[in-house]
Amino acid sequence: MADVERRQDRSPVPSSFDYAPAPESREIVRLDERYGLFIGGEFVEPHSGEFQPSISPATEDPLAEVAYADGEDVALAVSAARDAFENGWSEIAPAERAKYLFRIARILQERSREFAVLESLDGGKPIRESRDVDLPLAAAHFFYYAGWADKLEYAFPNRNPRPLGVAGQVIPWNFPLLMLSWKVAPALASGNTVVLKPAETTPLTALLFCDVLRQAELPPGVVNILTGDGRAGAELVKHPNVDKVAFTGSTEVGKEIQRAVAGTGKKLTLELGGKAANIIFDDAPLDQAVEGIVNGIYFNQGHVCCAGSRLLVQESIYEQVIAKLKRRMGTLRVGDPLDKNTDVGAINSKAQLDRIKELVAAGEEEGAEIFQPPCRLPEKGWWFAPTVFTNVAQSYRIAQEEIFGPVLSVLTFRTPDEAVEKANNTPYGLSAGVWTEKGSRILSMAQQLRAGVIWANTYNRFDPASPFGGYKESGFGREGGLHGLEPYMRFE
Amino acid sequence: MRLPIKKTYKLYIGGAFPRSESGRSYEVEGANVALASKKDLRDAVRAAREALPKWAAMTAYNRGQVLYRVAEIMEGRRAQFAELVGGDAEVDEAIDTWVWYAGWADKLAQLLGTSNPVAGPYFNFTVPEPTGVVGVVAPEEPPLAGLIARAAPAIVGGNALVIIASERRPLAAVTLTEVLATSDVPGGVVNVLTGRKGDLAPVLAAHMDVNAIDLHGVEGDRAELERLAADNVKRVVRNGSGHSPYHAAAFLELKTVWHPIGV
Repeated sequence: MADVERRQDRSPVPSSFDYAPAPESREIVRLDERYGLFIGGEFVEPHSGEFQPSISPATEDPLAEVAYADGEDVALAVSAARDAFENGWSEIAPAERAKYLFRIARILQERSREFAVLESLDGGKPIRESRDVDLPLAAAHFFYYAGWADKLEYAFPNRNPRPLGVAGQVIPWNFPLLMLSWKVAPALASGNTVVLKPAETTPLTALLFCDVLRQAELPPGVVNILTGDGRAGAELVKHPNVDKVAFTGSTEVGKEIQRAVAGTGKKLTLELGGKAANIIFDDAPLDQAVEGIVNGIYFNQGHVCCAGSRLLVQESIYEQVIAKLKRRMGTLRVGDPLDKNTDVGAINSKAQLDRIKELVAAGEEEGAEIFQPPCRLPEKGWWFAPTVFTNVAQSYRIAQEEIFGPVLSVLTFRTPDEAVEKANNTPYGLSAGVWTEKGSRILSMAQQLRAGVIWANTYNRFDPASPFGGYKESGFGREGGLHGLEPYMRFE
Repeated sequence: MRLPIKKTYKLYIGGAFPRSESGRSYEVEGANVALASKKDLRDAVRAAREALPKWAAMTAYNRGQVLYRVAEIMEGRRAQFAELVGGDAEVDEAIDTWVWYAGWADKLAQLLGTSNPVAGPYFNFTVPEPTGVVGVVAPEEPPLAGLIARAAPAIVGGNALVIIASERRPLAAVTLTEVLATSDVPGGVVNVLTGRKGDLAPVLAAHMDVNAIDLHGVEGDRAELERLAADNVKRVVRNGSGHSPYHAAAFLELKTVWHPIGV
């Protein structure tokens, strides 16, 4: 035996590293005690006078009080947006419209850390993610669409593109500021004005965004922010003076919205749930694939519509992959979202935690085998350990229903055809992952998978230039890229 | 009475401001401006070629950001430019044109690229790529907006430039190089030479390591220059006036890739 091998044989195997705390400071965030609704360029009191606290899911502490909008507030906001649209925004030279959006992008970059900390505080996601993913992408979205504002005739040649008017937008709690940018940037670039309702549990970065609008000197009424719960969202999508509805959230609510706007002629786009298959072939580089699996389902605590929540692994490598996966899960750190070492943050709300627990219990009841690495979870706050189910049948609830948590269901396959059939066997169709070294197989799988976004040898990659959206009950319409402008335009 | 410090107007090559290696200058617009030599031009082409890989490898988004920053710095120097060109209107036009093109950086591929439905089991796509080192002979007038209308479409696709500035009104171009030097544009991506177009343009047109040339600013006969350009099959770009992404497309190559689709 060579000297080197002998030495490696005797060197200690590190069982687990002990990480010193690496907290990101909260001091950069300055929160008011209470926020009104942002209508017509200023904060106003809600009509009902109702305020509720926004809670930090990691500590259960209240962060600030936010207003709850009702039908009257919605009417006021829509009217402000209509006013801004008709008296100015639709007449401003497109190049000047572009400049407002460039300003917003640059200001988000300048205030990036402040927003990242607030996002982690309010929503529970790790600071590394809000800092390195959410904020850079949000700024990039504004920067990308800024460039289209005065180039629409090239995006839609011979179609005489014009704005629709007022867009009513409802966004979810999993990427609050990023979802805001996905909605507001293309709407404004194409000349519309906006009334946006952030999710009930994550209003704070949207409210801080109003300060960015002040710094950018955006004319009043072009963007209006209504905080509140599902009732405000329902009023907004129903309002007759809203020309365009854009919704990202659960499939169930998406269907309600589709029913609500039926027959009204309103343009609608929906970005709903998913149950994506992450497919690993036996020629995939296994360590990379395992990183891809982990990123696919444990990134953002699995609160991702396009999460790779079903692992489809080729039988011949099943044992190897599961062993590597379980070992890797053991190294994931669940804890304080503001700690820079944290991999998996808090579950966004008590309600969501209950839903995850219910489905996990169903998985055990139906006969799947559960594995969770030992995890010391904090006493306060809402947490769930990374979980993987093996011995999962296609019909189990955990293979069919979206859990929206850090829970992976593992199924196997033998042939590419079987993988395709199993992957497509779902009412959803948002995304899929394919891991193989063979290019022709990547393209063949991409051709056959009924999903709007296909990641090959990677996962959870987003870019403002790359269109994102689903097939089937994952919704319709695309966000990002040239295609993301179309839902906000009227054509001859 | 306070005596102002007079500015020296030098060349901009490889991110630095050298005088001409010939040591010569000419008097124009009330200043002595460097009179670039053929060797200076060859040095500029070499600087552009060296800077190109890094510039072309940046993401389009990153390039767009860098170009937008150039506009930020130009905006800060409005007064200086306005004094040189005789008014705000040209400065406004120049900055806004630059911003317009900057916004194309991460969109050209979507406009010009295609996915091609070939009659066989192949994934076939076409993407634009920078052609490489681009030579630009800037128009005499307007001294700032005219230069930017030629330079912005050339640079936005990822090319590196060698620019021969207006001969009779070069000061705006030299001031622009000071903006470029302070705004994250890597050294060598843009190089600007001042001097006699009659001396420099033929060298640029004949240079074997220049991939494309825009002769818009050449006064008089271009035929001989176009003949010289043929020696290495240079792309001779004839963009009209106004601005368009297709002006940028003229400085791009198109690459088509095939890959089988199958098990």
